[in-house]
Amino acid sequence: MKRVEIAGQENSHNSSDFTLSSNAKYRFYPGKVSINFILFLLLIGVLITSLFMGRYPVDPVTVVVIVVSGILERIGDAIANITGVKIAFFWSIPHTWSIIVNTVVWDVRLPRAVAVVLAGSGLAVSGATYQGVFRNPLVSESILGVSAGAGVGAALAILMDQGTGVIQLSAFVFGLLAVSMTFAISRVYRSNPTLVLVLAGIIIGGLFSAVISLLKFVADPYSKLPDIVFWLMGSFAKASTANFILVVPVILIAMLVIVLLRWHLNVISMGEEEARSLGIDTKLFRPVVIVCSTLLTAAAVCIGGVIGWVGLIIPHISRMLVGPDHKDMIIASILLGGSYLLAVDTLCRTLTSVEIPISIVTSILGAPMFLYLLYRAKKTWS
Amino acid sequence: MCARLEVKNATFSYDGKRNIFEDISFSVDSGDVFCILGPNGTGKSTLLRCLCNLYPLNAGNISIDGLDISSYAPKKLAKKIGFIPQIHTPTFPYSVLQVVMMGRTPHLNTFASPSHKDREIALEALRTVNIEHIWDKPYTELSGGQMQLVLMARVLAQEPEILLLDEPTSHLDVGNQIYTIKMIKKLSQKGLALVMTSHFPDHTFLSSSKVGIMKDRKFLAMGPAEVVVTEENLQDAYGVPIKIVYIDGEIKRKIAVPVVKD
Repeated sequence: MKRVEIAGQENSHNSSDFTLSSNAKYRFYPGKVSINFILFLLLIGVLITSLFMGRYPVDPVTVVVIVVSGILERIGDAIANITGVKIAFFWSIPHTWSIIVNTVVWDVRLPRAVAVVLAGSGLAVSGATYQGVFRNPLVSESILGVSAGAGVGAALAILMDQGTGVIQLSAFVFGLLAVSMTFAISRVYRSNPTLVLVLAGIIIGGLFSAVISLLKFVADPYSKLPDIVFWLMGSFAKASTANFILVVPVILIAMLVIVLLRWHLNVISMGEEEARSLGIDTKLFRPVVIVCSTLLTAAAVCIGGVIGWVGLIIPHISRMLVGPDHKDMIIASILLGGSYLLAVDTLCRTLTSVEIPISIVTSILGAPMFLYLLYRAKKTWS
Repeated sequence: MCARLEVKNATFSYDGKRNIFEDISFSVDSGDVFCILGPNGTGKSTLLRCLCNLYPLNAGNISIDGLDISSYAPKKLAKKIGFIPQIHTPTFPYSVLQVVMMGRTPHLNTFASPSHKDREIALEALRTVNIEHIWDKPYTELSGGQMQLVLMARVLAQEPEILLLDEPTSHLDVGNQIYTIKMIKKLSQKGLALVMTSHFPDHTFLSSSKVGIMKDRKFLAMGPAEVVVTEENLQDAYGVPIKIVYIDGEIKRKIAVPVVKD
C-alpha cells in the first residue's frame, strides 16, 4: 500500500516536472524566425551579386557604394523638393566611378533586379496561397488560367504592333479576364466549389492556349511570330522602371493583404466546414485571397512573361525550411521566391552571350527539384 | 429565461425537393448532453451542421439565447457554438499545437495571428485532455484516437458555450471511447450544453441526459435516455432486435446489446 502511494507521488512529481520543462520550450520558436532572417540576408546577397554581374564589369564594393550613395542622393532630392533646403550630407559620398557605371547600376541592373524580385515573390506567394486555399500541394499559380489568358493578351498586342507598355497592360487585363471567366463557370455549380473552380481553370486554360496557337498561326512568321514565342518563354530584358512602375502598387498591396491574412490561411486549409465553424467568413475570405493571388500572378506575368515552376517549387521548399504554418511559410516564400528568380535571371543574362529565356531555366531547374521534393515529402502528403 | 439552444420546426433539404429532416424541435440547456441516435444516412450529421449554421434551414428556426443563429456574425457564432467534425487528415502536416491554436480564431482580429496568451490557452486545453506531451507532433501522423483528442482540445481553446460533436466515438477503441464519454460528461458539468450524434445506443446510458432517435426525417422518440432508449424504439430505428438488460454487481447500469440468431 505504501509503495503504491510513493509511486503515485513520484509519478505526479515527474509529470509536474515535465510540464515545467516543456513549458519553457514553448516560449519561443527556435529556428523559424532565424531561418526567415537568413533568407532575408540571402535575398540581399543575391541582389548585390546580380548588380555587379554582367557584361559591364563593376566590382562588388563599388556596387554597394553606388547604391547607397544613389539612395542618399534621392532622399536628399526629395527633401530639397519639399522643403527647399539642400542638406550637404546626402551628397557626401564622392563619385569615384564613371557616369556609365552609374547608369549601368541605377538605370539598367537595379530596375531589372527589383522587377525580378517582385515577380518571383509574387509568383511564390500566389502559389503558396492557392495551395492553401485549394488544399492541394500540387496546385500552381497558373491553375485558374491566368498565364494562358495573359499569353493571349500579349500575343494580341504584339500582333497589333504595340509597344512594351501596351503588351504588359494587355497581358494583365487578359489574365484577369481569363480568371473572371473561370469564376463565372464555377458559379454555375454550387455543390463542390473548390473542385469546380479548379476544373473551370483547366477548361479556360485549355481554351486560351488554343487561342494562343491560333494567334501564332496567323502571325507573320518573320517578325511577329518570334516576338510572341519569346514573350511566352519569359524574359525580364525589357523591364525598365517606366514599364513596371504601374504594377508595383498592385503587387505590394496584394502581397500585404495575404501577409496580413496569412495565419487564417492555416484555418482555411483545414477545409470549408471547419473554417466556418471556427468563425471565418469563407464566402468573403476565399474570394479576397484568391483575387489577391490572381493579381500577383497577373502582375508577375505581365512584367516577365510566362514563368513556370516558381509558384509550385518555392512554397514546397519554404514548407520544408520553416514548416507548414503559413505564418512563417508565406514570409519564407516571399524571400525565397525573390532570391530564386533573381539568381536564375542573373544566370540567364550572364551565362552566354545571348540571353536565355528565363522560363527555360526555371523549368530545367524546376523539374529535378520537384522530383526531389516529391521523394522527400511523400510521407506527409496523402 | 430561454434555453441555450432552441430548435423549432426545423426542416432542411439539399435540393429543395426531398427533405432530409422536417419539423424537428428540441431544446438544450447548459449542462445537458443531448444525444442523437439513428441509422446511417438519416441526416444526424446534417442536423448537427444546421445547428451551427453551416447549412441554412429551409423552414423553422434555430436560436441561441433567444437570438436566431442567422443573425449572428460568423465570429460571434463561433464564440457561442463549437463544432467537432468527424476526424479527417488535413493536407498539410501542422503540429498539434498549431491545430489547437486554430481554435482561437474567433477571438482574433481579422489581420492578427495568435498571441502568447492564445498559445497559453491552447496549451492549457492540451493539458485538459492529457495530450500535452505530443504538442509538437505532426497532426497528420497521429492515430484516430489522438486526432479526436486534439480536436477536443481545439474546441476547448475555442471556449464556446455550446458544443456539437459528430460521432465523437466512432473511430476509437473501447478505452478511448470511454475516455471521450467521461470528457463529455465533465464538460457538461462545467456548464456547457452538448449535442452529439452516436452509433452506440449503449453510450447514452453513460453520458446523456436527453436522447432523440432519428428515423425517416423525424424524431421517433425524444426524452431522457431511461425513457426513450427502449427495446421497441431501437428495433424500430435500426431494424434489428436489441435487448436492454440491467447488469447488477460491479456495473450497476443498463446496457443495450443486439440479439443475433442464426
